[in-house]
Amino acid sequence: MKRFALAGNPNSGKTTLFNSLTGSTAHVGNWPGVTVEKKDGYYKKLKEQVAIIDLPGIYSLSPYTNEEVISRNYVLDEKPDCVINIVDATNLERNLYLTTQLLEIDVPLVVAVNMMDVLEKDNKELNVDELSKTLGVPVVKVSALKEENLDELMKVAYEESLKERKGKSVLSNKNLIHLVGDLAIAFKGKKVDNPLFHAIKLAENDEIEVKDHEDLLEMVSEFKKTLNDETFGDDIEAIIADDRYNYISKNFSNVITSKSGEEVVKTVKENKSDRIDKVLTHKVFGLIIFAAIMFLVFHFTFSENFFFVGKAFEANGVAPSLEGSIYEGLFWTDAGINSPGVILFNFFDMSFSAIIDAVAGAMEGALGAGHWLTGFICDGVLSGLFAILGFLPQILVLFLFFAIMEDTGYMARVAFILDRIFRKFGLSGRAFIPMIMGFGCSVPAMINTRTLADDKERTATIRVIPFFSCGAKLPILVAIAGGIAQVFGFQNVDVITYSMYAVGIISAIVCVLLMRNTTMRGEAAPFIMELPAYHWPQFKALMIHLWDKAKHFVKKAFTIILASTIVIWFLSNFGWNWQMADIQDSILGSLGQLFQPLFTPLGFGSQLSSIGWVFTVAAVTGLIAKENVIATFITLGAVAVAALNSGALPPEIIEAIEADEEGIEATAAMIQATGITWQGCISFIAFNMLTIPCFAAVATAKAELPKGQFKWTLLFWICASYVGSAFIYSFLSMFAKETLAWAIPTTIGILALGVGAFFLTRYLLDKKANKAAI
Amino acid sequence: MLKNLDQFEVGETGLIKKVEGEGRLRRRLFDMGVTPGATVYLRKKAPLGDPLEVTIRGYELTLRKSEAQLVVLEVEDAKR
Repeated sequence: MKRFALAGNPNSGKTTLFNSLTGSTAHVGNWPGVTVEKKDGYYKKLKEQVAIIDLPGIYSLSPYTNEEVISRNYVLDEKPDCVINIVDATNLERNLYLTTQLLEIDVPLVVAVNMMDVLEKDNKELNVDELSKTLGVPVVKVSALKEENLDELMKVAYEESLKERKGKSVLSNKNLIHLVGDLAIAFKGKKVDNPLFHAIKLAENDEIEVKDHEDLLEMVSEFKKTLNDETFGDDIEAIIADDRYNYISKNFSNVITSKSGEEVVKTVKENKSDRIDKVLTHKVFGLIIFAAIMFLVFHFTFSENFFFVGKAFEANGVAPSLEGSIYEGLFWTDAGINSPGVILFNFFDMSFSAIIDAVAGAMEGALGAGHWLTGFICDGVLSGLFAILGFLPQILVLFLFFAIMEDTGYMARVAFILDRIFRKFGLSGRAFIPMIMGFGCSVPAMINTRTLADDKERTATIRVIPFFSCGAKLPILVAIAGGIAQVFGFQNVDVITYSMYAVGIISAIVCVLLMRNTTMRGEAAPFIMELPAYHWPQFKALMIHLWDKAKHFVKKAFTIILASTIVIWFLSNFGWNWQMADIQDSILGSLGQLFQPLFTPLGFGSQLSSIGWVFTVAAVTGLIAKENVIATFITLGAVAVAALNSGALPPEIIEAIEADEEGIEATAAMIQATGITWQGCISFIAFNMLTIPCFAAVATAKAELPKGQFKWTLLFWICASYVGSAFIYSFLSMFAKETLAWAIPTTIGILALGVGAFFLTRYLLDKKANKAAI
Repeated sequence: MLKNLDQFEVGETGLIKKVEGEGRLRRRLFDMGVTPGATVYLRKKAPLGDPLEVTIRGYELTLRKSEAQLVVLEVEDAKR
């Protein structure tokens, strides 16, 4: 089958074109670098079916970021049958720079000038024949968004793919042509494909070429000695870049004309996009507007007191007739009206519990009460499955907002606004996007770090992404904060929740600072980025994005989560003798008891009562999916309390614990039964937030991290969570009279150890670096 | 008058004379169209004064002051 590759600048509409051609649903955004890996699909309207490969956007074939390496390697090594170079008509000059490089490769090439609809709206025309004649390859006008002229483009591409094309250079500097010619002959002699391309890149001192063809470097340096350009001296790189742009401006400055015939004057006059930009990136209001937008996004998604109208609602007693009906709880609680995100969440949650109840009822009817199969299906399979599916709506709402911000072009401005702040921590403004995405889910957040140019910056960012407490960690916060409030009479649950988010963010900042000063040392990567023009979000693109997310989640629920809940159910219901057993004699229980002492410095180890191991087990099950932590509490809560009282619990208490969706009752029961302190509870939340994230996130991290960094990253998570929680536990213990005595020296001790370790690592690294330098 | 881009005031325009620096950073600037002969218009500065947003070759580009410092320009008449 023939393969056509789509190549072009970031944000030039490649992915939109890809989706239109293949009917596929790749995610499109108005943020340079949205396509971070190559995707393929099929186009079926030609004589034979062809594969379409969507490459990540690149500005040049000199690989600067990971996505640029992917694109370059594909075109050079995989030898597609035709390269379709998408060029943004509204930004011809810079887009054609890449075209001049693609021309140098021995591959059929078709230029597709995209966004013709925008150009026509501005009453401008493009002289396609002129462009095609000068470039020497076919040029087709298209609009990927409006799906105009796409079949024509594919027909032309197909015809081209039947022919051969030899690379050709647009360089005009005489001395240079001489060098490139000689190098190309040498490459041909080495039987290297695409000799012209390699010759030019080597002359440019391209990192990859220099590494691969050291033997030819001498030719370049010999030549450099004789070179003495008027303006650039012996700077070949500058000469070549200059030559390319000269070629473009010389030949193509007049290909776009206004329809009335006069030449288009390039102006810097304000358009709509600029006016919006003036407000959104305003000196004073820019940051305030950004903070307000972020607040609204989270408020819409997570708030149970929507727009703070709770009080007014209570006073007026709107719709008292619905009091106590199923609508209460769904649309409002005593705290206020629910936000759209919470309403959706409740709706799913209620439906799911109804399903579980119905299934449990039916099975009990058929099998009799207390049959193991009922427990397996309802508590093991269904509740685990629904636990993750229940979060789907909230995560989709959150991602809808992010998608809108991205599609309109605002995300790029956010990076622009925040870069100065992020640089203080040794990161670039771009790192903000993956971090904020981490509040939704770590998996897409980690994938998004591919837009970061520097490997060390990427590694540091991936490591701290889990600290931005994700949607699945929210239930842990809610349940335990609720439990603390109930048991210790603490009034403000919100304060606990928000402070825990803050703990995560502060830990991330501290860890990034530490890493960027020790193992991940390096200058903040350069921040040279295109700011795309604002446009309205496209409904289709948004829906595609959400569909992608939904698919990912449903897949996760039916694979990893399903499997792990079954395993946990089995381990907590069977003993080592493969017989069904009570939880404390189960495999999981005995393993928990074995590891429990390890968590003593963290406040939830040996100091707890005999069933304190449930905290250990809950944390371990959280490694598979964070939803499991509270699910474990709910499953084990009732049993554990019963075991402690060494007698059956009254059925109404067990019922209350099981009926409570958020697990607050179960957690409260657990806190009382284990005798854990509130400091221990907070430390437990912190541990879950900072430790190794869920299975899916770990797998993503392994795939995304540079080679050799994965094992260190695991170690980093273990250390960060252990030391972090121990610090929080001892720090908070200073606020209670009875623990004050040991808490002060311990807190100081941990701090001193941390600072000591930091300087020791620095010293050792410096020594190593010095040795290497000598 | 020659001036580095980081010294520009908002609203100033200049013609690039030279791009200093080396390696990947310089290469990246070239690839984004920051080459001698191009006209640069300093559109605005970020709320905290850094990075900068410029118009070059018909599009908007953002770069930090530390990177802008590498770009040497001939200042054009500011009244336009």
